[in-house]
Amino acid sequence: MFDFLSYEFMRNALLAILVSSPIFALLGTMVVNKKMAFFSDAIGHSALCGIAVGIVFGFTSRSVSMVLFAVLFSVLLNLVKDRTTYGADTIISVFASVAMSLGLVLLSKDGNFNKYSSYLVGDILSITGTEIVSLLICLVLVIAFWAVAYNGLSSDNLNRALAKSKGIRGKVYDYVFSAFIAVVIMFSIRWIGILLINSLIILPAASSRNIARNTRTYHLGSVIFSVLCGVAGLIISYYTSAPSGPMIVLLLGGTFFVTFIIHAFRKD
Amino acid sequence: MTEHAHKLKDSCNVHCHCIKINGLNVSFGDEKILDDVNLHMHCGELTVLIGPNGAGKSTLLRALLDEVPHEGTIEFKETKTGNISNMMKIGYVPQSLNIEREIPMTVYDLFASFISRYPVWLFKNRKLYDKIREQLRLFSVEDCIDKQVGKLSGGQLQRVMLSIAITPMPNLLILDEPVSGIDENGVRDFYRLVNEMKSRNDLAILLVSHDLELVRKYADKVVLLDRKILCKGTPDEVYADPDFKRIFGGGEV
Repeated sequence: MFDFLSYEFMRNALLAILVSSPIFALLGTMVVNKKMAFFSDAIGHSALCGIAVGIVFGFTSRSVSMVLFAVLFSVLLNLVKDRTTYGADTIISVFASVAMSLGLVLLSKDGNFNKYSSYLVGDILSITGTEIVSLLICLVLVIAFWAVAYNGLSSDNLNRALAKSKGIRGKVYDYVFSAFIAVVIMFSIRWIGILLINSLIILPAASSRNIARNTRTYHLGSVIFSVLCGVAGLIISYYTSAPSGPMIVLLLGGTFFVTFIIHAFRKD
Repeated sequence: MTEHAHKLKDSCNVHCHCIKINGLNVSFGDEKILDDVNLHMHCGELTVLIGPNGAGKSTLLRALLDEVPHEGTIEFKETKTGNISNMMKIGYVPQSLNIEREIPMTVYDLFASFISRYPVWLFKNRKLYDKIREQLRLFSVEDCIDKQVGKLSGGQLQRVMLSIAITPMPNLLILDEPVSGIDENGVRDFYRLVNEMKSRNDLAILLVSHDLELVRKYADKVVLLDRKILCKGTPDEVYADPDFKRIFGGGEV
């Protein structure tokens, strides 16, 4: 069963999943609680623009330009959202469509968008050692951020004025959290793809939320579902030659429906 | 001030203080929401804010919480020493929390996220758990500590929120129409709790309310607000005021 490990690209892919799935699982719990699914989806779509900007301005490291763009985009989006009376969904939609279209236009400038089409569905088997290291750094940062900021994020989400009366600067946490999501998405987009990235953030947490009763089991469930489905999806895709990203998402989707049914039949 | 409040004031010890709001103004664009509000609150006193819809009651609370930009000063003075300090602690009970029935969050999680930096997604912190249980006991809801917040009754959630608001004990407790969403018994219960809390602790309480009957029974001071303060005084004084009769239709209380 483990003969797939004899290939370096499979070992890399497995490592990438082991490192990145806890990141998605952790961030996802708060994305779901804060009803930000649309936001993270929009960030994923705008990643295309981040890539394009990096290429146009000829940054030596594409990652640096993507991170800069991600942070800038999320902060700007939050600023506009906080200062208008439009619903957040409208603002997010406007930002995402503009960013994605700009990305598409810039990337097809020389008539060869095909070169970048892998960003749409991603290719986990192409991940390199360097990228795994950046994902590992992401994981460490996200855990550190989670330890410092989770209480603040959660209480701010429950009631901002109440959080403020306790000296919790909810808005600051909120901005940093959005920026974190944006950065993590940018790092993962090349091997997961714009079309699937949001599923990896939303589905584990949503599945866990179906059956969890407190914050600890919510997190634990989310991480377990994320890692298990990630690893299983990769192995299944190796033996069936199905694309791994969609396979992982299918497993996560199945998990969601199973937990949903468990929840429906649970009495209390 | 009622006789009751006088008695409380005398029994008040070193922590006795008063809170002075001077010339508070709030405007959104050209529109003046609050015009020159002056208010004096003492510890051991329940001040109730009443007024028609859109009078700016919630805005006043939000200005005190520093949630909306405002002009004017809020002074906090120890009556014994006469020291003016900026270190006023405010406790707040909001109208509602952003929770759904199924949210995976227990009362412990909710409470801890507001009063502690220990991450609630890690293992339960025993010391914190015991402290929260102690605080919940003050309102007889210690048995709810492991319940999911979305599954509490309105009255239980109200008690949990009161308990959060007084951890740590504030100098001023602000209650924003907290009675909405609970039945009539729950409302009476709530006023009883607030009254108890007032006599047990050294704090001033500011409450926004619609229940004029219970206000008459429990308030030490009533403030009638409609963009500016129309009148203030004991419930009897305010209820006899022509402005009060104009706004609330007189007689019916």
